Amino acid sequence: MSEFLQQLLNGLSLGAIYALIALGYTMVYGVLRFINFAHADVFMVGAFIGYYMGRIVPEGTIWGGTIALAVAMLGCALLGILIERFAYRPLRGAATLNVLITAIGVSLLLEYTGQVFFGAAPRVFPPLFPAKMFNLGGLVISTNQLLVIFVATLLMVALQFIVQKTKIGTAMRAVSLNPKAAQLVGVNIDVVISFTFGLGSALAAAGGILYALNYPSIDPLMGVMPGLKAFVAAILGGIGNIPGAALGGLLLGTVETFVGGSRFSTYKDAIAFAILIIILLFRPAGLLGRFTVEKV
Amino acid sequence: MPKPHLALLGALLVAFGISHFSGAIDPYHLDVLTGVGINVLLAVSLNLVNGFTGQFSLGHAGFMSVGAYLSAAVSLFLAPQLFGDLTSAGALQQGLAFLLALFVGGLCAALAGLVVGVPSLRLRGDYLALVTLGFGEIIRVTFQNVPSLGGALGLHGIPAFTSIFWVLASVAIAIFVVTCLVHSTYGRGFLATRDDEIASAAVGLNTTRYKIVAFVVAAFFAGIAGGLYGHFKQSITPTAFDFAKSIEIVVMVILGGMGNTVGVIIAAILLTLLPELLRPIAEYRMIIYSLLLILLMILRPQGLLNIRGLSPRKHPS
Repeated sequence: MSEFLQQLLNGLSLGAIYALIALGYTMVYGVLRFINFAHADVFMVGAFIGYYMGRIVPEGTIWGGTIALAVAMLGCALLGILIERFAYRPLRGAATLNVLITAIGVSLLLEYTGQVFFGAAPRVFPPLFPAKMFNLGGLVISTNQLLVIFVATLLMVALQFIVQKTKIGTAMRAVSLNPKAAQLVGVNIDVVISFTFGLGSALAAAGGILYALNYPSIDPLMGVMPGLKAFVAAILGGIGNIPGAALGGLLLGTVETFVGGSRFSTYKDAIAFAILIIILLFRPAGLLGRFTVEKV
Repeated sequence: MPKPHLALLGALLVAFGISHFSGAIDPYHLDVLTGVGINVLLAVSLNLVNGFTGQFSLGHAGFMSVGAYLSAAVSLFLAPQLFGDLTSAGALQQGLAFLLALFVGGLCAALAGLVVGVPSLRLRGDYLALVTLGFGEIIRVTFQNVPSLGGALGLHGIPAFTSIFWVLASVAIAIFVVTCLVHSTYGRGFLATRDDEIASAAVGLNTTRYKIVAFVVAAFFAGIAGGLYGHFKQSITPTAFDFAKSIEIVVMVILGGMGNTVGVIIAAILLTLLPELLRPIAEYRMIIYSLLLILLMILRPQGLLNIRGLSPRKHPS
């Protein structure tokens, strides 16, 4: 039983990170209808900003960690806005495939630029926040895991507030529903899309730092696998659906941790894709998505 | 092309001629040429799915790995029992063993294509791309976990059967098959499926079937390419066939202009040579490569070499 709870806790903290990344995918898909492959690498950049901030701020303090987190989120928000402005905006309205390839190009650009600037060798991520382990009736809990769940929940609540209650959030939902109609009623699409990219990238940066705190070895290709899995999580919950992405992330993280703890542990990386395929075949709109029929 | 059969015959003769003089070619150039040939084979076959049929597959490297592993297994385990010790065997026996290995690899890849294609081709666009990507990754992880195929370490000591003749001949046959298939009466259905799936279905074309046929044929040639690759490098590891390899092939098809065989061939050649040419600035070559990719998509979305321009389907939003 305690092993089950332990795995559940590990799974939830991994899932919370997947959920943070998945939110960025799902929001961009919501407004622009394409897979932002570069999102996984924004996640990587976030972790690296955290790494360099770790040299400036004092290690192991709450305020130091918070500053590092905030700087990484701001930096990545800016990066996301720049990527959209220079790579994706010129292709607005082009065929999906071209945008997809551009996204892959941006992703490769970030990875290889990272390899030149940061070096290809893995680095040890500094303990930004005070870290402690404590034992609760056979259950080993690290403060980092609790931190992940806490920060992720906080950010998701904040996001839900922005999307549901603020003016820009309403505009985001309007663009997602029908870009042309939104434009007709006076929504500035460019601003909304920039904002969406900024918001999603900031969440990815937070995900990157939280991931690096729990798995403290970072390298320029660290985003690829979590990125793919987070995208699977976004589809699992229903792409374009914000609560769905959170649910999908948590579910995927938990399932993966349980598989990793079983005797099929070497198949851990395949399980996300197996889930993806099963979901798409039987419930193509995802768990919380609505199925729409294509009209001619 | 007016006489495709003659062209194929000519190409095979040229391949034979070049292989006859391969001793005179610098080994480095010969290696690069073999690599180019394998990539052309992959790009031409993927073009049937992505270009002519309009389905976006991101799992081509998975089928390549099926071909590579199965043909290597035939050469390592089955062929010695059929033909005796291959290192001392004559050229004819080696050739037969390699042909068998390539065929088994190609057929198994085609079978994998069928198994993957039947369920996933019901999906469209981005979703199809993701499912094929997922299948590619699942194939890779599976190979990593089969101990008799070397697991994560891969297979080593594969006989070096791949010569420039085999590569050029396979490329010629692949181009011949794809071109003839697309230009046949039956093959017009591929283009119709791409141009408007709903309209094609409305006039009675079985679009699902066309997609599956395209997928299976493409997977077959990807398997052959994998077999050639394995017997060229003499060792294969699962990581050689990851997501990045699939993307590399897709990029060749897109830059060549989807559905334009000549363009795709030129793009495959250029993109294989580019990293070799940029070797002096090795550190920055992949940055340049990715920047070129973004710029090309923005400036020439119809593909670098497509003059006619492919009419991309505008989705009413």
